[in-house]
Amino acid sequence: MAEEDDLILSELDDDELVQQMFDDLYDGLKPEIEEAVNILLERGWEPYDILTKALVGGMTIVGNDFRDGILFVPEVLLAANAMKGGMAILKPLLVETGAPKMGKMVIGTVKGDIHDIGKNLVSMMMEGAGFEVVDLGINNPVENYIDTAKAEEADIVGMSALLTTTMPYMKVVIDTMIEQGIRDDYIVLVGGAPLNEEFGKAIGADAYCRDAAVAVETAKLLVARKHNRMSAG
Amino acid sequence: MTTAIPDPDRADVVTPDADGVSPLEGGGRVLLVACGALAHEILHLKRINGWDHLDLACLPAILHNRPDRIPDAVHAVVTRNSSEYDRVCVVYADCGTGGALQRLCDRLGVEMIRAPHCYAFFEGVDSFIERDEMTAFYLTDFLVRQFDAFVWRPLGLDRHPELHDAYFGHYEALVYLAQSEDPALTQQAADHAQRLGLRFERRKTGYGELATTLEQWASQD
Repeated sequence: MAEEDDLILSELDDDELVQQMFDDLYDGLKPEIEEAVNILLERGWEPYDILTKALVGGMTIVGNDFRDGILFVPEVLLAANAMKGGMAILKPLLVETGAPKMGKMVIGTVKGDIHDIGKNLVSMMMEGAGFEVVDLGINNPVENYIDTAKAEEADIVGMSALLTTTMPYMKVVIDTMIEQGIRDDYIVLVGGAPLNEEFGKAIGADAYCRDAAVAVETAKLLVARKHNRMSAG
Repeated sequence: MTTAIPDPDRADVVTPDADGVSPLEGGGRVLLVACGALAHEILHLKRINGWDHLDLACLPAILHNRPDRIPDAVHAVVTRNSSEYDRVCVVYADCGTGGALQRLCDRLGVEMIRAPHCYAFFEGVDSFIERDEMTAFYLTDFLVRQFDAFVWRPLGLDRHPELHDAYFGHYEALVYLAQSEDPALTQQAADHAQRLGLRFERRKTGYGELATTLEQWASQD
């Protein structure tokens, strides 16, 4: 998308710069994203605004084009890497400035599965949307999810799997939550290439999330509903 | 016999008509709808066993990089051709479709191979599952030959080697499940392992349960 070789980011006005950040994210240009984030900070932008309007906004375009088959995994990974560069600058500032807290998610790839590209994207986008994320990494047995969700007082448990052979383990986790009488304490989101909505329903998850953007929107919606129920109750 | 024989050494194994399926001119009684990555092995088995009553229609092997598209592609070929055959068999395993292909085959009343993927049926499903090798990255003869077209380039590693860890950071070994005895292919597989920074292991599987399944299908009336 970005073609200008000698574009000087600091000479762009705010709107142009944000637009340019969308392009640079799309092209996976990490140094340019880091530079642009620093420019916006110098101009007095709130870290939360940079995160949501520029970085998350740009990644949403990337996510949509991936969904529509315009972009492929390598491009998404490069874009995510660029976004991470920007987030690394913003994270400490977000803590200082007290950005809105949307909720807390414990997320991990299920037992027997080492694939984490999708899970990492969801983690990053959830953080970008203001969720606190506790990432359990790969190959997680049921106790990792449940113990951490309890210890962290999480709102959401997220599970990911890439393999048809490992996705049934999600049901083991949910069934254990039911046995322990804690299933309704958490919103359970599941995702991964071989999954679909039908599978999510069948195993008793609250939602199947097709991609990272859907995960964020679903999490926001279900957390809001949960809070409303708690207020009403 | 099918006259349009796909070249299994090509990434675009068979793409003569609009939906990427080889034309059927065989006049056999049984149609095999197969993944292009298995074309070489199936044709070999047909030849050595004299299974002239089996016709073969291959879908492009590259569908494996978008497994969500496999069921629709299989559906199209099966429904278009089933009236011309006594039976249709689908030479795919689940292949990352999350059970969708099995549900489709059940609905269409056709058989498919009961295995998670071709790695499992080449080695033998029980043995493969028993190994439980989470950190192994598998290649078959086809994938060794087509490594650049099916792995290296689609993952963008030719353009962005820095993505290596994102894909392979948790893998420990490249396991070559060999269908054939071919020292040159084994050397190629070892080279791929080195490129990926993975320990190399070769296991001779032959055609495994692909052969026994086809034999069963070929002998059914």
